[in-house]
Amino acid sequence: MNASVSPSLVELRDLHFAYGQRDVLHGVNLTVPRGKVVAIMGGSGSGKTTLMRLIGGQLLPRSGSLSVCGQDVPALGRKDLYALRRRMSMLFQFGALFTDMSVFDNVAFPMREHTELSEPVIHDLVLMKLHAVGLRGAASLMPRELSGGMARRVALARAVALDPELMIYDEPFTGLDPISLGVIGQLIRRLNDALGASSIVVTHDVQESLQMVDYIYFLSAGKVVAEGTPDEIRTSTDPWVHQFVWGEADGPVPFQIPAEPYEQALLGAGDA
Amino acid sequence: MLDAVSCFLRAIGARLINAILRLGFAARFFCMVLALSGTSLKRFRLTLREIHFAGVLSLVIIVVSGLFVGMVLGLQGYETLVRSGSEEALGVLVALSLVRELGPVVAGLLFASRAGSAITAEIGLMKATEQLDAMDMMAVNPIARVVAPRFWGGVLSMPLLAALFSAMGIFGGYLVGVVLIGADEGSFWSQMQASVDFQEDILNGVIKSVVFGVAVSWIAVFEGYDCEPTAEGVSRATTRTVVTSSLAILGLDFVLTSLMFGS
Amino acid sequence: MKRASIDIWVGIFVVLGVLALLFLSMRVGNLGGTKLQDPYSLQAHFDNIGGLKVRTPVKSAGVVVGRIESIALDPQNYQAVVSLNMDGRYRFPRDTFATINTSGLLGEQYIGLEPGGDEEVLAPGAEIRKTQSAVVLEKLISQFMFNTAEGGSSK
Repeated sequence: MNASVSPSLVELRDLHFAYGQRDVLHGVNLTVPRGKVVAIMGGSGSGKTTLMRLIGGQLLPRSGSLSVCGQDVPALGRKDLYALRRRMSMLFQFGALFTDMSVFDNVAFPMREHTELSEPVIHDLVLMKLHAVGLRGAASLMPRELSGGMARRVALARAVALDPELMIYDEPFTGLDPISLGVIGQLIRRLNDALGASSIVVTHDVQESLQMVDYIYFLSAGKVVAEGTPDEIRTSTDPWVHQFVWGEADGPVPFQIPAEPYEQALLGAGDA
Repeated sequence: MLDAVSCFLRAIGARLINAILRLGFAARFFCMVLALSGTSLKRFRLTLREIHFAGVLSLVIIVVSGLFVGMVLGLQGYETLVRSGSEEALGVLVALSLVRELGPVVAGLLFASRAGSAITAEIGLMKATEQLDAMDMMAVNPIARVVAPRFWGGVLSMPLLAALFSAMGIFGGYLVGVVLIGADEGSFWSQMQASVDFQEDILNGVIKSVVFGVAVSWIAVFEGYDCEPTAEGVSRATTRTVVTSSLAILGLDFVLTSLMFGS
Repeated sequence: MKRASIDIWVGIFVVLGVLALLFLSMRVGNLGGTKLQDPYSLQAHFDNIGGLKVRTPVKSAGVVVGRIESIALDPQNYQAVVSLNMDGRYRFPRDTFATINTSGLLGEQYIGLEPGGDEEVLAPGAEIRKTQSAVVLEKLISQFMFNTAEGGSSK
């Protein structure tokens, strides 16, 4: 139980989860070592987002063990969970900036809520964080005035406001133009190394991830089907990985979702 | 045939069970909001912003509607009373109908459609864009930080709005009855004062408006927090807030009236 | 800047709301009305008080001189006991006559005091001996009809 000596920040062992009757994860094993950037990849509906929410303690697993910073997340009460969450940070898909606050107030939000820092100190800290993502000039804008890529960068600044030990990114590359995408990818890497944090990137953007992460897990139908460093993945002969990395339409992941035979569906409809 | 009947019965049963389940969730949510209200009282600025949102932004609609309702009351009341030669009771009629019933009820209905729907839409949108989840992940409880201030903002605004509505209505009745038509000003006010009792009428009216304020704010924050996190879900929740609050106001009004003025 | 404007508006809103409440209770309701100065109480028995209610005014020559404090039934002789809260500035002779009047045809009922000629005044807590009951509605209606019939014929 004394997991504080463990070199890994996040450890999942044989994790099962289901929404009601619908199985989402069955038996996931995953490790995030300290200081590394780990990507979790998989197609839509493979359970990536669920996995992320489990790590954040927003969902409870059905069985299996899940520890973050040496603490058993599902067993934590609300107070301990909140204490743990102050040490981690999650970047949501579209940034999830608070729409009724300016960029400055958004970044200042975690500091104002959790620290007793004086307003001048917060002012300087916020400008530092915004400078790190290159948006110091946008401090007084409202979120609706930002482009998608800028909003994501502001959210990144807000996520690192309290210097977290663990960063979790939910689809950080979705809906971005290639330039913004590259910027975000670099920022994730840079911030991770500068803060000495560990990062989990949940994504399905293969090419971008292969360039910046240390280790990759492939998730399919609620299971880890492949894992490895970017180099191992590129050279992998596993047909599933090959299909995913090169974006082929048909392969181990079928184009058609399971259904009754085509002829039968067409003819059967005529009979009824 | 039998199939259709059983299907129908099953549909009714499912709806009823669903309704009771939702009521249970709403009740638990209400307790959670109350238990987590500390932040909104300690950091009153949060609640102040919501009073602005729910109260100040409803001022225009409340004042204008109050004035018009009072003017109509003055006109109709005068027409009716003058037939039995008791037009000096116009002030009583206008004041009592506003203070006891129309003030709290109409102000409550307007409040539900102006502020209640806006609260639901705001919270629903925050949920749909994952702002609530983000807050939760930042170890800030969204019920304490987002929901409770909006609830209290609504609860505190509603009695003031209802009082403004009644006052404006009485002024409107005075404008039409006394200034325009020319009923006697002295008896308008003196009869009103003689017949309107502070405890019996005005205090009970205020109690009504407080109850309506709690009901509307509760429904609004619950529908917002509970909505399906999509654009369609938010719009449906907004509609539900207006419909449910209006029904709740009218139903509660009957219950409260029979408790207050029944015996 | 934005904060300050929110503050001002909420301030205006609260002041307006409180003013409306004050207006309702003072000007519309009977809370303000006339403030009674160092009040004293009087008792009166009535056979029938009609629709008299607590807190309705006691008037003499049309001036409010007090308010009804409480109404109860005397269990011995089944009369209504009304206790009045009187303004200390006004004292009334011992043979003052208390009647229950109605303001207007269908208006509110109140107690009217008609002072007599006695030298001595009613002491605090004393009882008004001479009282007249409320006019019962049926009587009122018949009276009203009689009067209008008379008025019509004389025209």
